[in-house]
This record gives sequence, C-alpha cells and structure tokens, in this order.
Amino acid sequence: MSKKLVNAIADMREEEALKLAKEMVEGGAEPMAILGAAREAMDIIGQRYEKGTYFLPELILAGEMLNQITDIVKPELAKLPEIERHGKVLIGTVEGDIHDIGKNIVSFMLDVNGFDVLDLGVDVSPQKFVEAIRDFEPQVVGLSGFLTLAFDVMKETVEAIKTAGLRDGLKIMIGGGQVNEKIQEYAGADAYGKDAMAGVSLAKKWVGVK
Amino acid sequence: MEKQLSPDEKQETLFQRWLSPKDPQGNDLPFQSPEAEKLYKERITRIKDAIQLKKKPDRVPVAVIPSFYPAFYNGMTPQEMMYDYDKLHAAFRKFTLDFEADVHIGATAPGPGKFFEILDYKLYSWPGHGVSPEHSYQCNEGEYMTADEYDALIGDPSGFFSNVYLPRVFGALEPFQMLPFLPGILEIYGVAFNFIPYGIPPVQAAYKALFEAGGEALQWAGVLGALNAELAGLGFPQLWGGFTKAPFDMIGDTLRGTKGIMLDIYRQPDKLLDAMEAITPLMIKMGVGAAQMTGQPIIFLPLHKGADGFLSDEQFEKFYWPTLRKVMLGLIEEGCVPNPAAEGGYNSRLKVVKDLPKGKTLWMIDQSDMATAKKTLGENACLLGNVPSAMLHLGTPEEVKDYAKKLIDTAGKGGGFILSNGAFFDHAKAENVQAMVDTAKEYGAYK
Repeated sequence: MSKKLVNAIADMREEEALKLAKEMVEGGAEPMAILGAAREAMDIIGQRYEKGTYFLPELILAGEMLNQITDIVKPELAKLPEIERHGKVLIGTVEGDIHDIGKNIVSFMLDVNGFDVLDLGVDVSPQKFVEAIRDFEPQVVGLSGFLTLAFDVMKETVEAIKTAGLRDGLKIMIGGGQVNEKIQEYAGADAYGKDAMAGVSLAKKWVGVK
Repeated sequence: MEKQLSPDEKQETLFQRWLSPKDPQGNDLPFQSPEAEKLYKERITRIKDAIQLKKKPDRVPVAVIPSFYPAFYNGMTPQEMMYDYDKLHAAFRKFTLDFEADVHIGATAPGPGKFFEILDYKLYSWPGHGVSPEHSYQCNEGEYMTADEYDALIGDPSGFFSNVYLPRVFGALEPFQMLPFLPGILEIYGVAFNFIPYGIPPVQAAYKALFEAGGEALQWAGVLGALNAELAGLGFPQLWGGFTKAPFDMIGDTLRGTKGIMLDIYRQPDKLLDAMEAITPLMIKMGVGAAQMTGQPIIFLPLHKGADGFLSDEQFEKFYWPTLRKVMLGLIEEGCVPNPAAEGGYNSRLKVVKDLPKGKTLWMIDQSDMATAKKTLGENACLLGNVPSAMLHLGTPEEVKDYAKKLIDTAGKGGGFILSNGAFFDHAKAENVQAMVDTAKEYGAYK
C-alpha cells in the first residue's frame, strides 16, 4: 500500500494518491508511514527534476499533493518525519524584487536533498537577512533576484552581512534571471548557480556532502 | 470585388506605411532635414532586409531595448517616468538621440501611474505603490480566474473580461460584475431591463472612474505619439506596431498565475487546451488591429512560461507551441511580422519553433546559445539579441565590443541578425550601451 502511494505521488497521479492516503488512514495506518511514503515520493520527484524529466508543473503538483496528504493524515502532524539534515540554508528574494518561481524551486530542491531550509520569501531587506542569519545560523545563504536592480541589492545584502560580522564562515550563493559569474564577483558572493541543481550542488559541496 | 492581397503584399503595404510616417492628423510627417529622411528610410530598410532573409542589409542593424534604463540614464526615477510625462518624454528622447541605434521602442514601457491609481490596478505594484520609487513595476501574480471558470472564459471571452476579470484586477471597476449580458439585447420586449445596471450608483461611479482614466490615458498617449513623431522626424523609427501574447502566457500570466496554469496541465488539460484555442483568434486580432492602426508591421510577443526549465519539451509542444504558432501564422497572414522575445533560455525549443514560414518573423533571443540558434531557428527567422544585461551593467566597453563582434560573426553571418541586448534592462553603464551600438556600425558592414 505504502509503495503504491509512493508511486502514485511520484508519477503525478493525484486522485489515486489522495484516495490511497485516505484508505490508509481509514485502515489505521500510522500517520508517520503515510508521510514517510510522501517524503520518499518527493525524493523521487526531485531526482526526476534533476534528470530533466520533470519540470515546473510536476514540482508544483507535488507540493499540492503533499499539502493535501498532510491535511488528510492529520493537521497536527503537519511535519514530515525528520530525516537527517546536512545543514541549514537561508534563502530569499532580495529587496525590491518580488519574483519567486525560481527561488521556490531552489527551496524545494534543497529540501528534498536533505537541507533544513528557511525561506524568507520575496522583497527581503538586507536587515532581515542579517537578523535571520543570527537566529537561524545557516551555513549557506541563497540570494535570489530576477531584475537587474537585484545586482546592486545583492551587493548591499552581502555588505550588510559583512558589516554585521557574520560573513566569516558563511557561504553565499546567488541566482535568478540575468545573474552570472560577473554579478557574483560584483556582489561579493561565493558562487552563483545557473539553476536549482547548481544551487543544490553548491550547498552540498560547502557543507561537505558528497 | 476588391482583389485580395497576399500576405506578402500585405506585409509590403505595412512596411511602406512604416516608411512614410504620418502626423496625428494623418498628413505626411515632415522630416527635420533631407538627411533625417534618408536615415529614417535606410534604418527601416536595414531592419526589413534583416527580417526578410532575401538579401543582406548594408550592415547589421542595432537596437537598444530597455525597460527603465532611460530613467536611470537621465538621473530620474521610474516613479518620475510614470507620473511626469514631460520627464518621460525628455528621458526617452535623450536616450534615443544619444545612443543612435537604428530603432527605438518608444516610451510606452513605464505606463501612466496616475491612470493605474484612478482604476486601483491590482495586477501590478508600481513605484510608490508597493515598490520603491527607484524600482520598476512588478507583477502580482494570482488566480484572477479560478480553476472552475474555464467554461465561462471559453463560452464568452469578452464577457468574461468585462464582467469577471476587470472587476478583479481594477478595484474601481468592481461594480462591472453587475453589467448586463449584452447579447440579451434583442427586441423591444424587455430590452430596458438590460440597462438597469447603468442606473445603479456604484456602476455609474465605475464609469466615472473609467472616463477619468480614459482622459489620463489619452494625455499619456499624446505624449508618446508626439515623441515618436519627433524622433521619426529626426530619423529614428519606432520598432513595434503593437503587442500581443502567446495564449499560454495570456492565461498563465494574467488569468490563472504560474501555479494555476501548471496545475491545470495535470488537472484539466483539455479545458486549458480549449481555452487557448478560444483565445487564439482574439490574440491575432489584437496584434493585427494594432498594426493596422499604427501602420507598422512588427508585433511584439514577450514569451514567458515556455522557456527551458518551465515545461518539458513534450509539454511545450503540446501546450505552449501550437497556439503560439497559430497566433504567429495569423499575424503573418495579415502582413504582420511577429517579434517573439524568447526570454530566458530557449535552447531545447529552437528546433521546434523553427517551424514557421521563412523570412516572416523576428526573434529576440535572451540567453540561448546564439550559434545553435543561428543554425536552427536562424534558417527561417531573423534573430535579435543577445548581449547580456549583466555585461551591460558590470562589464567594460571592450568586453561588450568583443562579445558583439562574436555575435556579428556567428549570428550575423549572411544577414538575418539585429544586434541588441537580450532582455529588458534597467541598469547599465552608458559606455557599454554605446559600445554595443558602435560595434554594429563599425564592425557590422556586409561586404
């Protein structure tokens, strides 16, 4: 049953997945077992995205299925079973920019690849990044931006982090829209990722995961 | 009966109209000098030759396609561009005259801020309204059409826009939900019932806002028209005769949002396909109508959600491409030159989108590999682009020149290429923009 659920989610059969989850709840299955299957399916979806067989529609539908299944299982159990986390990544779209599609994919992919991700959303000020770094203590910070104005704001954000004395030991990656290695140098970031997989590889490299 | 013109003849008619600009009264526009007239005609001919792929232009044409860059170049803010039309005029005028590219895109992009305020526009945040005065406007994506409203859209697209969509994206037009069903106005019997909504105070207030907004739009458009006429008189043609969209983006950007349309691909693919088919003739009409009105053939289509990474190739070929292709063919049939902008990367799509009649389209290329683009899409279409925004902002004039030369060598080989930036930009170093323009002029001549 649990294997069937994994496959239904991973293969984008939404109705079947929800029906199976309901049947499992009614049949007295452990909530953790159902959520564990959902987590397993998310890993497969992440792998398929990395391989280039899945794209935005699949990632978005996967997120929707996951939400609905956690609702079915029990709202108070809305957390997936903890898996071993490689490290923490703080991510957000920089101030003045409200684009989020690319950033959301990076968050999703980091999450399914075993990172503890704190996503600050869009239009995040340098100050908010600094505060979140203090509280969350990430190893990696990801700055996203779609507009050309983001180049300067990324630079300001990195500088604010430096000024706050938090730059040492912290890895900063940037990505989105027109961002490339030139912008990385300009902003004073450690690397840029041209897509979500590049972001995951960078984070893995930096925290020492193979 | 009047003889039907062929698509080629219709295109030629539009190019001829573009070559003979009119003032707002419909009289021939006087040029500032014989030299300006010569330059104006040479520039359009250069663009036309590049597009048609029949012969090489005298040299590679060059365009600069900014969003808010003219504001920053003139030390002004995007907010000033949207609220002070004199500044808008001055900024875009100076920008065009200083860089002297072959074509400009007019000053339409910033849009009239007061107009948006009057109508309480919700689809975008703009300087001073949700984003800071120094930043460009940005889209507030949402589900402005719900998942269960496809049938309503398909059954009556115009009615859906007036009674459902407009009330959702313009706060001031919320009472339009009460507007009557116009095809119900048929006979004397009961006909007056249909007009009751127009007597209701909130609907009347919405119309008052509409009149006020219309007045504002007219004032703004007058400034744009005057600017275009002035620049034409000085020898600088404006590139775009109008604008339309890919049906997939029309639904995905405007009505359903990214999340909505991506879910529809799985949850209700047939409805999505039917809706795109229903909208296709309207998107053609939008572009053709604009070209007829402006007398300019090139119709801009910014492409958004079909880029590499958004959809699989299979999804692109099923959901994105067929109706976009139909829109472009419909435009071509009426003599227009579709100018899609392949924003982001289009590498895996190039061989698919190549399937269009030769010499009829102009493709703005952002980050796709230009050598590959030339070998695939470039066999049938003129390419425009792809100097990167990051290079214009942070590079040196030497880097820009080297990059532009390489583009001219690869994409410019044999004609069919217009040198330009690849994506709309707000920020750049002036010397880099100048280096791009100069390279086309100094290095781009065809022997």
